[in-house]
Amino acid sequence: MPATELAAPPAPPVVAGVPGPAAPPPRRRHRRARLVLRYVLLSVGAVAILFPLYMAVVNSLLAPSQIAHQPPPFFPFHPQWGSYRKAWTDGDLGIYLRNSAIQTSVIVAGQLVTSILAAYAFAFLEFPLKRTLFIVFLMTLMIPFEVTIATNLATVSSLGWFNTFPGLTVPFLATGFGTFLLRQAFLQIPRDLREAAQLDGYGHLRFLWSVAIPLVRPALAALGVFSFLGAWNQYLWPLLVTGNDNSVRTVQIGLKQLINTQLDQINVSLAGTVIAVVPLLVILVVFQKQLVRSLTSGAVK
Amino acid sequence: MTSATVTIPRERAPARHHLLSRRHREWGLAYLLLLPALVVFGVFTFYPFLKNFKLALYQNPPYPGLPMHYVGFHQVTSVLSSTSFHQSLVSTLLYVLMVVPVGLLGGLLLALAAHKAIRGMPVFRTIFSSTVVSSVAVAAVVFGTLMDPVVGLLPWLGIDPHPAILQNPTWALPAVSLIAIWQFLGLSFIIMTAGLQSLPDEILEAARLDGAGGWAMFWRVTVPLVSPTLFFGLVVGTIYAFQSFGQIDILIGPQNSQFTHTNVLLYYVYQALSIQNDPGVAAVLSIVLFAILLVFTLAQLRFLERRVTYAGN
Repeated sequence: MPATELAAPPAPPVVAGVPGPAAPPPRRRHRRARLVLRYVLLSVGAVAILFPLYMAVVNSLLAPSQIAHQPPPFFPFHPQWGSYRKAWTDGDLGIYLRNSAIQTSVIVAGQLVTSILAAYAFAFLEFPLKRTLFIVFLMTLMIPFEVTIATNLATVSSLGWFNTFPGLTVPFLATGFGTFLLRQAFLQIPRDLREAAQLDGYGHLRFLWSVAIPLVRPALAALGVFSFLGAWNQYLWPLLVTGNDNSVRTVQIGLKQLINTQLDQINVSLAGTVIAVVPLLVILVVFQKQLVRSLTSGAVK
Repeated sequence: MTSATVTIPRERAPARHHLLSRRHREWGLAYLLLLPALVVFGVFTFYPFLKNFKLALYQNPPYPGLPMHYVGFHQVTSVLSSTSFHQSLVSTLLYVLMVVPVGLLGGLLLALAAHKAIRGMPVFRTIFSSTVVSSVAVAAVVFGTLMDPVVGLLPWLGIDPHPAILQNPTWALPAVSLIAIWQFLGLSFIIMTAGLQSLPDEILEAARLDGAGGWAMFWRVTVPLVSPTLFFGLVVGTIYAFQSFGQIDILIGPQNSQFTHTNVLLYYVYQALSIQNDPGVAAVLSIVLFAILLVFTLAQLRFLERRVTYAGN
C-alpha cells in the first residue's frame, strides 16, 4: 500500500518523495523520518481518543478526595478496588448487566430471525406485491424510532408492558436495514444451487436452513454485531419504559441513576461506567471485521 | 414438493394445474415469512408514525382525566411559532454544525494516518474505531467527570468559567457537542477507512509523483477522491447528530436545558412527553424532526439503491 503522507498538517512540502537520480541515503533517511512522524501522529490520535476512558479507569481507582486533588493524579499509585464492589452491589450493576444481557439477546435473536425470514422471501420467492412490500420495508428506514415514541408508549402501556422485557424488546424485533443486508447476501447465492437443491427434493425451508443460512454466515455475523451494539447502547426507550422499577432496568439507565444518587462517590459511578463498557470493548476486539462490514454496508441506522 | 417426473427444465413443466398450485403455495409461504416483520413494523413503526398526524391536532384537556380535544392546526401553529421551539431549532442546528464537520474531518485524518500497512497498525485501527462501541451514557459520565468544576481537569488547565461549563449558557452546547464528536469519531474513522480502501492506490501514488504534497495534495487530490465517502459520512453523521440527546439528559437535565440553550429537538420531544405529559406537542415536534431527517434519510436510501441495482443484476 503506498503511503499517504498527508495526514501531517505541518508536513513540509519538500518530503514529496520524488524518485530520481538523487543518492539513495538521504531518501532512505527521509523515509525513516516520515515513518517516525507517522507513528508520532498515530500515537497522538490514539492518546487523544483513549484519554477520556483512561482517566475514567484511573479515577475509578482513586478515593474521591484524591480525584479532587490539584494537579489531578494521572496514575493510581494506590488503587482502591472497593469502588467496583460498591458499584456492583450498592449500584445494583449486577442486576442491570443481567437485564441488558437479556434485553440485548432477545433483540439480536429476534432481529436475526425476522430478517432471515423476510430476506429469504425477497430473495428466493416470487409473489404479488413483492416490490411494494420491499419498499415498505425500506420505508421503515425513513422513520426514526424517536418519531414514534409518543404512541408506542401508549401502546406498550395498554398492553401492560411497562417495566417488562416485552416492553423493552418487542418494538425492535424487526429491522428494515437487517432485512436489506441479508437479502443482498442471499442474492449472491447462485440460482443453480436452489435448482439443484430442488431436484434433490429440498423444500424452501430445508434449503434455507441447511444451505442458504450457512452460506451467508458472514452477513449474519455482521448484522448480529450491529444489532448487539444498537440494543446494548439504547438509551431513550429503556429510560421511558423502565420507569422507576429496577427489576428490568438496563445498564445504561443504571449508569444515569448511579451518577444521580452518588454525587460524592464519583469513583463508584466511574467504576460502573468501566464495568458497562468492558463487554463492548471485548466485542469490538473480537468482531471488529463484522462490525466494520455492517457499519459500512451502504446504510447505517 | 417437486413432482418426481420432472427431468426437463421446470419452466416447461408438464402439468399446468400442478404448477399453479405450487405457485400459490409459494405465495403463501412468502407472506408467512414476511408476516413477523410486518406485524412489528405495523404496530411499532407505521401506526405510531401516522398517529402523530392525528395527535398533532388534539390538545391536552385543561384538567387531567378529561379526553383530549380537537383544536385543528391551532396547536401546530402555536408550537411552531413559540420561542422555545425556535431556540430548540437553533440549538439543534448549531449542535449538528459543530459535531458533523469536526467529526468527519477528524475521522478522515485518522483514516489517512492509518492507511498504510505498517507494524502495529491493527492496534491503532482498533483504538480509532473504539468510540463506536461506547454508549451515550458511558460517554456522558466519562466526560462529565472531566468537565466537572471540582474534580475535573478544567481548573488544572486554567479554564474555569462561572457558572460551571455545563451550566453555562455559552459553553454548555459546545461541551455537549465535544462528547458527541468523540463518540462519532469511531464511526467516522471506520467509514473513511472503508472509503480510502476502495480507492485505487495508483491514484494517490501518481499524485505524489507529480510533486503534490502535504495540504495541497490533501485538498486537491484526497478530498475530491473520497468525496462520495465524505458525503455518505455527512448523511450518516447528520442523522446521528439529530438523534442524540442522552448526554444532555444525563449532564444537564430538564431544569437547565432551556437556560443553557441545550434543549435540542429530540430532548424537547422527550420533555414534552415524559415531563409535561403532552403527546400533542410531542407529536408536532416529532413531525418536524421527521421532516428534517427525511431529507437525509432519502439521501441515505440513494446509497442503498445504488447497491440494489448493483446486486440485483
